[in-house]
Amino acid sequence: MDNLVLDTYVWPALMVAGHSLLILVALLLWLAFFMYAERKVWGAVHLRRGPNVVGPFGLLQSFADILKYLFKEVIFPTSSNKAVFLLAPIITLFLALSAWAVIPVDEGWAVSDINVGILYIFAISSLGVYGVIMGGWASNSKYPFLGALRSAAQMVSYEVSIGLVIITVLLCVGSLNLTDIVMAQKTVWFAIPLFPMFVIFFVSALAETNRPPFDLPEAESELVAGFMTEYSSTPYVVFMIGELANIVLMCAMTTILFLGGWLPPIDVAPFNWVPGVIWFIIKMTFMCFMFSMVKAIVPRYRYDQLMRLGWKVFLPISLFWVVLTAGVIQYFGLAG
Amino acid sequence: MTLTALSFYLFATVAVASAFMVISARNPVYSVLFLILTFFNSAGLFVLMGAEFLAMILVVVYVGAVAVLFLFVVMMLDIDFAELNEGFLQYMPIGATVGFILLLELLLIFGASTQMVSQSKLPQATPEGMTNAEAIGRVLYTDYIYFFQAAGAVLLVAMIGAIVLTLVKSENPRRQSIAEQNARTREDGVELVDIEPGKGL
Repeated sequence: MDNLVLDTYVWPALMVAGHSLLILVALLLWLAFFMYAERKVWGAVHLRRGPNVVGPFGLLQSFADILKYLFKEVIFPTSSNKAVFLLAPIITLFLALSAWAVIPVDEGWAVSDINVGILYIFAISSLGVYGVIMGGWASNSKYPFLGALRSAAQMVSYEVSIGLVIITVLLCVGSLNLTDIVMAQKTVWFAIPLFPMFVIFFVSALAETNRPPFDLPEAESELVAGFMTEYSSTPYVVFMIGELANIVLMCAMTTILFLGGWLPPIDVAPFNWVPGVIWFIIKMTFMCFMFSMVKAIVPRYRYDQLMRLGWKVFLPISLFWVVLTAGVIQYFGLAG
Repeated sequence: MTLTALSFYLFATVAVASAFMVISARNPVYSVLFLILTFFNSAGLFVLMGAEFLAMILVVVYVGAVAVLFLFVVMMLDIDFAELNEGFLQYMPIGATVGFILLLELLLIFGASTQMVSQSKLPQATPEGMTNAEAIGRVLYTDYIYFFQAAGAVLLVAMIGAIVLTLVKSENPRRQSIAEQNARTREDGVELVDIEPGKGL
């Protein structure tokens, strides 16, 4: 009897806990070095050096930053709603991390390989807007509130085109499982036949994560720091890590949906010796690099232009592609 | 099985408790936040029943879209808490009537379905060897295609209706023509005028 309980509950639970811990530690380390690498990239674009003081080549800069934030005093605005004010960054970080439960970094290397994986990620990432709205409202201050309103409208708008892009990919795969989506790209990565959707997904991902050129929620020339204006110290750093985790999640999503996940570019000798997880990391690094480059070289959009791009350009194009893809698959009988 | 039962009671308790908090919370923003928690726990219950597709759609549609709009509206209200509490007793009879009718209907449905279940085998969430999404798609796009299309048409009419209702006609609308703006060149945008000294333009 004791053995049965151990075998059915305790060991699997420990396995899942260990697996999650491994993913979390790897992800947080990735985030720390992503922050550093981003600043190096911007530095290189601006002909500066970037961080180069803490540790060799400034490698430990992010850790120094985080420590600094943690040791500062947490300030609550007097008329803020304290519970919601604290809950907002926690929700942001929690959602960004929990989406990683289903991301497969190699064949079978996911904490949980569920049937509706892509829908799970879509659901989780559509909740990201709550952290922003709650933070903006709880601060009880004008700039955060305006930032929160802007960002809510922006994230809800771009979710529509992200949803349609995902539908196009799903039409080609015929399954909602993330592993199936990657395996369907064995012959050709979806980035090639669905190139316009790849571009739309990338741009929408920028808007969804409030990255430049769509960082209007925190446009510092108009809104100080948007919904984060009143945040300081640890809550601020939690918000920041949450946003970064969302960005890395979007990179992983792009890798899985369009760049063939852990599959090598061509399935021949020197390439398929390399373990899948290495390919996954290389592709994710490339996507993160693209995110940094966009921030460094593209100027900020105006708000009406942002809305026009989302609703009048991306939405019709992605709808058209959904219909076109469905038509092509039906006509040539490619459905699995 | 114990684990399933435990999770069921956890989700169910939190769902009912937070549903109660939705109507009893003083602050409307808290109400919406508790509503979101209720949706989440209902999604958890769906997962336990093996309907993971419905669970995810519940989160995407209700939590990700509908509740965001609620929160949006509620946050922008200028709320007077004293007035809100006065309204409670005033609306009590209507609310109680609606609640009572709903309870009766639920009891009727529950009675009918338990009878059916006792006659036949317990219904499965999905047929054998088929995922959730597939099973729903098969039913929705074959047997119920006309209802599905009709629901879509109703939604479209509702959407257009909302746009028509909120459309404000102005005498002198300022419209932007993006193509025209982008097509401007230096030649038709800038004019170099040589002004003679002592004269205006």
